[in-house]
Amino acid sequence: MRVLAISGSLRDASWNTALLRALRDEAPEDVEVEIWDGLKAIPPYDQDDDLVPGPPAVEAFRDVVRDVDAVFFATPEYNSSVPGALKNALDWASRPLATNAFRNKPVAVISSSAGAFGGVWAAAELRKALAAMGARVTDAELAVGHAMEKFDADGRLVDDDVREGLRDALETLRAEVRVPLAA
Amino acid sequence: MSTITEQQTGIPTGTFVADTVHSSVGFEVPYAVATFSGTVTDFEARLVDGRIEGSARIESIQLKDENLQAHLLSPEFFDAERHPVLTFAGDLQRDGDRATVTGEITMKGITQPVTLEGTIVGPAVDHFGKTRVGLKLETVVDRTAFDMNWNMPLPNGEPALANEVTLRADLTLVAQDA
Repeated sequence: MRVLAISGSLRDASWNTALLRALRDEAPEDVEVEIWDGLKAIPPYDQDDDLVPGPPAVEAFRDVVRDVDAVFFATPEYNSSVPGALKNALDWASRPLATNAFRNKPVAVISSSAGAFGGVWAAAELRKALAAMGARVTDAELAVGHAMEKFDADGRLVDDDVREGLRDALETLRAEVRVPLAA
Repeated sequence: MSTITEQQTGIPTGTFVADTVHSSVGFEVPYAVATFSGTVTDFEARLVDGRIEGSARIESIQLKDENLQAHLLSPEFFDAERHPVLTFAGDLQRDGDRATVTGEITMKGITQPVTLEGTIVGPAVDHFGKTRVGLKLETVVDRTAFDMNWNMPLPNGEPALANEVTLRADLTLVAQDA
């Protein structure tokens, strides 16, 4: 199974990106986790630019989403919601709605923040947007609060509970991918 | 004359198959301040000695907006990728021109009991010599019983979409040669 891992944060030392690196380390042998690094290259959504084909960075994003079996998000929370850059990338990917790359795609959403709640509101809003796009939003859930306490100075995850939460979320996603289609 | 009268008040015997050109299957649900409705174009129905069986391809739902159609086919509603067909089976009861069908409907992989009520006309011979039965049936189901839970709050706090959905079938069924 191929999983595209998308961080909602652009900064190098992002805890959410670090969570996705830990996810890649925890993944079983038959699960390949690829961390997407194209978020910053996605231009602001403008319907005047929403042509066929779209901007190269957008088409590359759509292609990679189509190619994988599932997508795993880790998002920070900005003003109680999804970071603008991530939402912008999804707005591009959602076009056209009826045939967009996320349609029926199994997705998992986790979150992390410096605060106690771990970005639960951003995760909820991200799940809502993904469901509206037609993605198959799983019940996977993990909110990592007080993120600075969960990593060492090199950005490596040092919390076993979080590690187990990552494994559980990935297993939930894998189970969704394995559901057979109807005849 | 008496034979025809008996046929028109009893349960039709034999096999009748829906003439889909002259039949329609659809739904309507209160949405915001109005009613949202749609039809299904790819369906089949059969009446055999009082037993009705039917199915409909979810992807053939016709709406006036392709984005709404895409939303209805998505996992938030019918999940047409995994559950492409709606099925129904039930037994017809007749009281004059009143028809009641008690059976089960399966949507999104979930089966629930349902009773449809309406009218029945015929059997009667049409202008081409075919024997037809007309059935006009409807029922109301709770969509959340079929794991279709999407909603959005209106500014007044009320949900935008009602849970109660009216399902309608207006069927012309044609007798098959024995």
